Order: sequence, then structure tokens, then C-alpha cells
Amino acid sequence: MTAAGSDLLTLVLGIFGVLIAASAVGYMLEQRLTADGPNAAVENLNARIRAWWAMVILIGLAFIAGRIGVLLLFAFCSFAALREFVTLIYTRRADHWALASAFFLVLPIQYYLLWAEEYGIFSIFIPVYAFLLMPIISVLRGDTERFLLRIAEVQWALMICVFCVSHVPALLTLDIPGYEGRNVLLIAFLVIVVQLSDVLQYVWGKLFGRTRIAPKLSPSKTVEGFVGGVASATLIGAALWWITPFTPLQAGLLSFIITLMGFLGGLVMSAIKRDRGVKDWGNLIDGHGGLIDRLDSVVFSAPIFFHIVRYWWSLS
Amino acid sequence: MKSLVAKVAAAAFVLFARAITAVRAIWPEEGLPARPCVYFANHSSHGDFVLVWAVLPPRLRHRTRPVAGAEYWLKSHTNAFIGRDVFNAVLIERDREKRTEDPIALMVSAIDVGSSLILFPEGTRNQTEERLLPFKSGIFHLVTERPEVDLVPVWINNLNRVMPKGEIVPIPLICTVTFGNALRIDPGEEKQAFLERMRAALIALAPKPAGSGE
Repeated sequence: MTAAGSDLLTLVLGIFGVLIAASAVGYMLEQRLTADGPNAAVENLNARIRAWWAMVILIGLAFIAGRIGVLLLFAFCSFAALREFVTLIYTRRADHWALASAFFLVLPIQYYLLWAEEYGIFSIFIPVYAFLLMPIISVLRGDTERFLLRIAEVQWALMICVFCVSHVPALLTLDIPGYEGRNVLLIAFLVIVVQLSDVLQYVWGKLFGRTRIAPKLSPSKTVEGFVGGVASATLIGAALWWITPFTPLQAGLLSFIITLMGFLGGLVMSAIKRDRGVKDWGNLIDGHGGLIDRLDSVVFSAPIFFHIVRYWWSLS
Repeated sequence: MKSLVAKVAAAAFVLFARAITAVRAIWPEEGLPARPCVYFANHSSHGDFVLVWAVLPPRLRHRTRPVAGAEYWLKSHTNAFIGRDVFNAVLIERDREKRTEDPIALMVSAIDVGSSLILFPEGTRNQTEERLLPFKSGIFHLVTERPEVDLVPVWINNLNRVMPKGEIVPIPLICTVTFGNALRIDPGEEKQAFLERMRAALIALAPKPAGSGE
């Protein structure tokens, strides 16, 4: 087995251990707290844990399938996220072809460019080409009603759901000396640290949360949850240095940056939900809401993480 | 052979509809009636009945037939195959002058042999800014014949944005199909009052427009 393979195996066994513990705790809570009728909080917790099992297994299978598996998984994530996003934005008949090309041209091309490892065009395709071509397609129909709003929302949807999400699998294209063939572990590192930070913020918040950190944006987020979650996820990130090309200190520092970006990204995406008057982005993942509800922190941390690693560690 | 192809085609339609719309059903508190009933829905797209059909539990789906205009669904061989064989539609002739069979009689006989119907009482696809057009009186004449039949209002949300009239490429958007509690005609209820009551019950299921801040 390759070094990457055995590290991945250790990682997966560790995650299964955590999930088994979580399922056991969920089961105990259900036994103890639901004696006199169903308890919504416990039901939601258990739905979340079950969904985590499914997500971990799905990502694991994608990793086993290799580069194509990872690309397809994140292309699907982009598709589902874009579908959730466009559902909530204001569109008119005149945007039909712009939206159709966002789904059926821009998205596949972005992932094809990753497959072909055309980094130069990959990094500017959406910010330059899609940015200029989308409004041109919309304007050809001559409908000026709330035009700026419409083209801005489509561009934002593409940047968040396709451009930012595609920076997770883009980690596979980095060329780091001494780390050849192990790039998939960088994805694992990013996803584990960001998602653990979300989970730990939830746990710390439930246990010790007193002071709301952003009552207008996200009533469930607390200062205690934020500090505890970011600190503990940073420590765990530092402890995962052995799967990365980083030293423990570097791994901790990067973890701190990505958990912070993840937290702030969560706030931004919450503000959009408030603006649109919805509680969740969708219903794709039982207990969590939509895919974007799960992906929001990854979306904001992935491009920053990618560019830091690319600038300081990668040759390409 | 033809029926096998029809079954595969039906499954493909449902799969495609689900892939594009990730459609989700919202069920009424009382659940769906177990006996044959009439689902009546808002109509804005050719795909409307596919979506209702896709979310119904298979047990109920198999005996549910959309009611559709014969003029459109018999226009070509493909249309006829999809309308008659795949979806087993009750095809009614809308043109009063030319028609050979009474649409109400066709619907009544379908219900009598245990089928449920999907009906679009607006009569045509709604292309206006109005949420719902005034209802045609067919549904009233149907329940005058069979007053014990349950009427289930069904609001289909967002499908008009997926594929507006005249477009050929669907845009993937999340759709919901909301079912209301079953209703019946009251004894002696006047036509206009009944149609208004049904229309109000259907509008009541419509979600508030996204971004309304409510």
C-alpha cells in the first residue's frame, strides 16, 4: 500500500471511531430524553449523525475512485449547490439562456479544466469569461427590469457554487516536492478541519453557549461556541500535520485561518438566507438542511487555503 | 413490448424530473385519501403532472391518471405514446363543437373503475402574472355527478421557472409539491361559490414569494 493509502486508511478508521462514538452518544440521549415523547433536538442530532455517516462514506468512495471520483463528487456538489442558490435568486424569462449556460456550460467546463490541469484558464474562467459573457447573454433579450441585480446574482451564484467549490479538488493539481501522490490528503485535511470546526462550534455552543455572537445573522451561534470550536479545531488540525506537507505549527496556523474563514463564510451565507427569508438552503441532507448549509464554510476557506499552499509550498 | 417501453419511459421521466428539480412533497396533516380521489393543481408547465406523479407513493401513483387535452396529446405519434401509453392520460376534447365524447363522462367512468385523476381546473397553462387563473367549471360538473369524491388541492411551486413556455432547455431549480387536506362539495353548494372555495384552498397552499421578507 502506498504511503498516501495507509495514511488515508488510518484517517478513515479514526473518523469511523468518532462517528461510532457520536452514534452511541446519540442513542443514549434518545433513550434518556425521549422517554416521555419525541424530542426535536435529539431527533435532529441523530439525523445529523446519520447524514455524517453517509457523507463520510461518499467522500471515502470518491477518494478510492481517485482523481475522477473526487472531480465528479465536487462537480455534483457544485451542481446541487448552484441549483439551491438559483432557486432563491430573482430571475426573469430573459435570463433563461444565461442560467442554462451556467449549469450546462460553465460548470462542466470549470471541472474539465481541472481534469486537464489547465491552471491558468481554470483560475480566470469564471471571474473573467463567465463574468463578461453572462450579462451579454441576458442583455440580448432586451429586458432591463432590475438588470444589475439579476446579472450580479447569477455571477455571485457561479463564484460561490462553482468557482469556490472547485478549489477543493484543485488541491489535487498542486505540485509539492516530497508530497507527490498524496495531494488527496490535503483535501481530507481541509474538509476535516473545516467541518470539525463547525461541529465543535455546535457542541461547545450547546454545552456552554451564553453570549450570542451575531444575533441578527445567526441566533444559534455563540461566543463560547466560536472560541471553543475554533481553538479545538485548530489544535486537531495541528495534530493532523502528519498527513500534510506542513510542520505542526504551520498546520495549526493554516487550520486557524481556514476555521476563521469558515466561520465568517457561515455568517455571510446566513445573511443571504435572512435576506431571502428562508431558514435553510434546501432539504438535500436530512437534519442539516441544504447542501450549501453544509458547504458554506468550505466555500469560503477552500480558495484561501488553496492559494496559501500554492504560493508557499507548490512548484506549479 | 410497447407496455414495457412505456414503463421504462415513465421511470425515465420521473428520474429526469427528480434530477432537475430535486422535487420534494409536502403532505397534508390528514394524509392522502386512501380511496380514489381528484388531485387538482395549478398549471404553468407541461411538466406539471409529471411532478405530481413523481412524488406520489408508487401504490397511489399507479392508479393515478392525468386529465389532458386530446388536441395536444394526439397531435403526433410521440405525443400520443407519451400521453396515452406512458402516463395513461384521460384525454378529453376541449373543443365543444367538434367533440365526440363528453369529458365529464370520461372522467366519471375513470373514477368509477378506481382511478384517481390529476386535474388542472384553470384549463390552460397560466402565462400571466396572476398566481392562479379563474377555474373552469369541469371540476364542478364532475363532483355534481360524484359528490362523494375527495378533492385534494396540490400546489406545484417553481416549475414555471424551470421551463417557461417556448424554452427547450430546463434550468435545474428546486421544486416543491404541496398537498392540502381533502375537500368535498357541500350539499346544495352553488357552482360559483364552490369554484371560488376550491380556488382559495389551492392558493392557500402557495408559499410566499422568495425574498418577500416574511
